[in-house]
Amino acid sequence: MIEISHVNKWYGPSFQVLKDCTTSVAKGEVVVVCGPSGSGKSTLIKCVNALEPFQEGQIILDGIKVNDPKTDLPKLRARVGMVFQHFELFPHLRIIENLCLAQEKVLGRSHDEAVAKGDKLLERVGLKAHANKYPAELSGGQQQRVAIARALAMDPIAMLFDEPTSALDPEMISEVLDVMVDLAHEGMTMMVVTHEMGFASKVAHRVIFMDKGEIVEDAQKKDFFGSPRSDRAQKFLSKILSH
Amino acid sequence: MFGNLDFDVIRRSLPYLFLDGMSFTLMLTGLSALGGLIFGTLIALMRLSGYKLLGRIAGLYVDFMRSLPLVLVIFWFYFLVPYIGQWLTGASRPIRVGAFTSSLVTFIMFEAAYFSEIMRAGIQSISRGQPAAASALGLTYAQSMRYIVLPQAFRNMLPVLLTQTIVLFQDTSLVYVLSIPDFLGAASKVAQRDGRLVEMYLFAAAVYFAISCVASYGVRRLQARIAIVR
Repeated sequence: MIEISHVNKWYGPSFQVLKDCTTSVAKGEVVVVCGPSGSGKSTLIKCVNALEPFQEGQIILDGIKVNDPKTDLPKLRARVGMVFQHFELFPHLRIIENLCLAQEKVLGRSHDEAVAKGDKLLERVGLKAHANKYPAELSGGQQQRVAIARALAMDPIAMLFDEPTSALDPEMISEVLDVMVDLAHEGMTMMVVTHEMGFASKVAHRVIFMDKGEIVEDAQKKDFFGSPRSDRAQKFLSKILSH
Repeated sequence: MFGNLDFDVIRRSLPYLFLDGMSFTLMLTGLSALGGLIFGTLIALMRLSGYKLLGRIAGLYVDFMRSLPLVLVIFWFYFLVPYIGQWLTGASRPIRVGAFTSSLVTFIMFEAAYFSEIMRAGIQSISRGQPAAASALGLTYAQSMRYIVLPQAFRNMLPVLLTQTIVLFQDTSLVYVLSIPDFLGAASKVAQRDGRLVEMYLFAAAVYFAISCVASYGVRRLQARIAIVR
């Protein structure tokens, strides 16, 4: 589904954020990307739907080359859901309007159709009662669930999560993770940048560990948590699992 | 000292002052603000676009307009627009442009420079995550601007835009140089005709003051309300 091969990216002439990154996500697979901050994991996931350009290598998404100038990027992006660290709901639109806008403007669905779909998804994330509120009236956890629903409303073939729980208070993390776990169990293809190792050990198929722009470890879940091969991944795990 | 002042001249000329003068002033203010906002937003988008040349042109335009006195621009346009029209349409004689059209074009062009800076600040005040989220949903650049960025920029900047419009409302009185009967022009005409300069100019000042004050108060109320919504 997602094929990332030999991706190199520089900021400016000398600072390399991604170094020869190669990996893939198969259909129905849940891949967790972890690593210390500044390791390039968010940058990598943003390259997948071309929110960030990269200079070398290629990414193929469902058979379409992302970094081909001829690719219709808006059309491609509409097929991949993305959830951001800071939710990025549209504050001037009601919750239901947040869910409907792209359905109508991008997919060309009728307003009634979009609202019906939106209502169904809001119910699924347990927020149907909030449909007519504005994002600022919701808690962080609720906003992130809306953001997931908004992405799902586009019927995506895969979902990208960029640190979806990092900006949340601890007591709100689980309500978001619950939604993500359900999604994973349903067979959604997911690429998730997160520090939530509990989530990784529960639903991930594979874990990728990045450090300094490189993919240091790319292993099946049980291998990664059982015996990570690299020193750096071992150190990272011992630091975040020791508490 | 007020003994020989005749304030009845105001009452007698009220219909002329307001039905002719003030309605002209308000119409010029409203249309200029609207046109200036649209044109200004386009300039702001040009400046923020990735295209260097477009950005430079827009920047030069803004700097140019902001370095000229408004009265001069009004004058200049009034005498120049007929010739520009002639040149554009290839007519044999200068196009006849009414004083209203000429002053409207002037104010739109002039205010666009100021409105564009306000809108530019407004667009830049939107976090980069917003257009990113719009793109991630498949919206094109134009759609993202239209549905996500510009509405928020406009709402955030509404108090500043309205304050600028109040300034514009006062500035429209400068059309007196074209002897157009806007509110001040009308008052001035009556003042000259009846020899009641003190009364009429006092009254005109009071009216501008009252309207601007009430409008400023309204803007402050609005600002407080917007602050709560965010």
